[in-house]
Amino acid sequence: MALDKATVARIASLARIKMGEEEQTRMADELNHLITWIEQLAEVDTTGVEAMTSVVHMKNPMREDKVTDGGIRDKLLANAPNEARGFFTVPKVVE
Amino acid sequence: MSALTELGLAEARDGLRAKKFSAREITEDHIKAVEAARPLNAYLCETPEKALAMAAASDERLAKGEGKPLDGLPLAIKDLFCTEGVPTTAGSKILEGFKPPYESTVTSQLWRDGAVMLGKVNLDEFAMGSANITSAYGHVENPWRRKGDNHALVPGGSSGGSAAAVAARAALAATGTDTGGSIRQPAAFCGLVGLKPTYGRCSRWGVVAFASSLDQAGPMTRSVRDAAVMLQSMAGYDPKDSTSANVPLPNFEAALTGDIRGMRIGIPREYRIDGMPAEIETLWERGIEWLKAAGATPVEVSLKMTEYALPVYYIIAPAEASSNLARYDGERFGKRVNGDTLDAMYENTRAEGFGAEVRRRILIGTYVLSAGYYDAYYLKAQKVRALIAQDFDKAFESCDALLTPTAPSAAFGIGEKFDNPIQMYLNDVFTVTVNLAGLPGISVPAGLSSEGLPLGLQVIGKAFDEESVLRVGQVIEQAAQFTAKPAFIAGEA
Repeated sequence: MALDKATVARIASLARIKMGEEEQTRMADELNHLITWIEQLAEVDTTGVEAMTSVVHMKNPMREDKVTDGGIRDKLLANAPNEARGFFTVPKVVE
Repeated sequence: MSALTELGLAEARDGLRAKKFSAREITEDHIKAVEAARPLNAYLCETPEKALAMAAASDERLAKGEGKPLDGLPLAIKDLFCTEGVPTTAGSKILEGFKPPYESTVTSQLWRDGAVMLGKVNLDEFAMGSANITSAYGHVENPWRRKGDNHALVPGGSSGGSAAAVAARAALAATGTDTGGSIRQPAAFCGLVGLKPTYGRCSRWGVVAFASSLDQAGPMTRSVRDAAVMLQSMAGYDPKDSTSANVPLPNFEAALTGDIRGMRIGIPREYRIDGMPAEIETLWERGIEWLKAAGATPVEVSLKMTEYALPVYYIIAPAEASSNLARYDGERFGKRVNGDTLDAMYENTRAEGFGAEVRRRILIGTYVLSAGYYDAYYLKAQKVRALIAQDFDKAFESCDALLTPTAPSAAFGIGEKFDNPIQMYLNDVFTVTVNLAGLPGISVPAGLSSEGLPLGLQVIGKAFDEESVLRVGQVIEQAAQFTAKPAFIAGEA
């Protein structure tokens, strides 16, 4: 399946990566090349094969539902690009 | 250069315990070596003051006879491990200025056992690469050179800074991480031992995530014994990583008995790929002979899905990466590029913060997971991945470990193979299957190419059987007698 510039624009937007027209064109070429290579998987017969969802055979671990961490607001905010009054800030989202 | 930077990890440990030198002395010599190695661009952040403070604490414990397993041993840490209060970049501009408020489990265990941190070392951006050329902080140079040729070579990747630092004697050993070959391939390119443990053996907590079902931390050292010693401290169950395996931790160093009599060594016939250089084939044959001479029996096995491993990897790894890297949004840590709206801020931040290879992989990942394509790509890849794992299960019915080359070539020059991503991805053809199946694998330097560059052989084991991997690896190491040294040794003119 050919991946065109419009598709690249759509997935770049889904991935929240700003991309100029020129890069969209270049990326469409590169991704097409890769996707064509990846598509050789179609020739493998996977009828009745269960998808591998866990690398090591193990049960999902469960733990008691209790707080194990927290109370480190200032430590977390120390890395914020911008903070105000103990909060992370973002551009205005509600008019 | 000093004699102390030439020591192996285990030798240095024994020397410190016998009080032949102090932790301060070996640390000071390494700090000088780190400075001298700057032309390689291996270290992104040097932490000499921290190193000296840690060495002083080690000396106190050693003086009291309370030395810990790694007391006073200077290490380099791949800049993918979060280190509390010390910048952690993952080789990306998007983590510029980020100082983790916590320590990764693996590094905290190294410090618990007395190791000394020299600094953080360079890597491909978010560990995505096989040549350490995608780092936002510049490429790393391999300390090795081709015979009679001064052209700079790549150290391999993604743990290229780790490999270059250890090979150049600017650290006794280093941590690495391996998602598709990122410990074993740079180890092979730089003449080192690199061990990727079984998935779940080492905690991933606090390690910047690339592809969570494939990532695994491991040691990069100058000998198999050193790898065993370092793995002992890195490994172990961690409730903070839900995929960490709660299994007993064997004594890895004790597994190095040298006795492989009666072991069956599988030789996968599909690994004889087209276009593989004859000298790699010859090295592999020699490896088989060495193991035979030590009393093991080679058996031919089939890993028939091998040719599909890289395409599977290039669906699963980008898919997981696109999800893992969604967290870099300019809000809570790292770089922010402002925009008029929230989405514009995300888009600007991620466009400027991520390099070309990372953007490419996020896009592939987003594509293969997007509505309408999920079944055709992602689900299909997971099914073929199951078949790849079954291949290994079947092979291990007739053998105890596998022997293969580590990489299809020796280190290549900076600037070579850069145009075609698929050509670059082929570097991992022998290593990526091991990640897909979650198995342990080691690369051991086994000889030199006609150009005088190191070549590695890989031993692959059953899940949680690092002991066999190490034991067979050491037999190869002893038979190979690899004593060649790189052209660049830190502190040597």
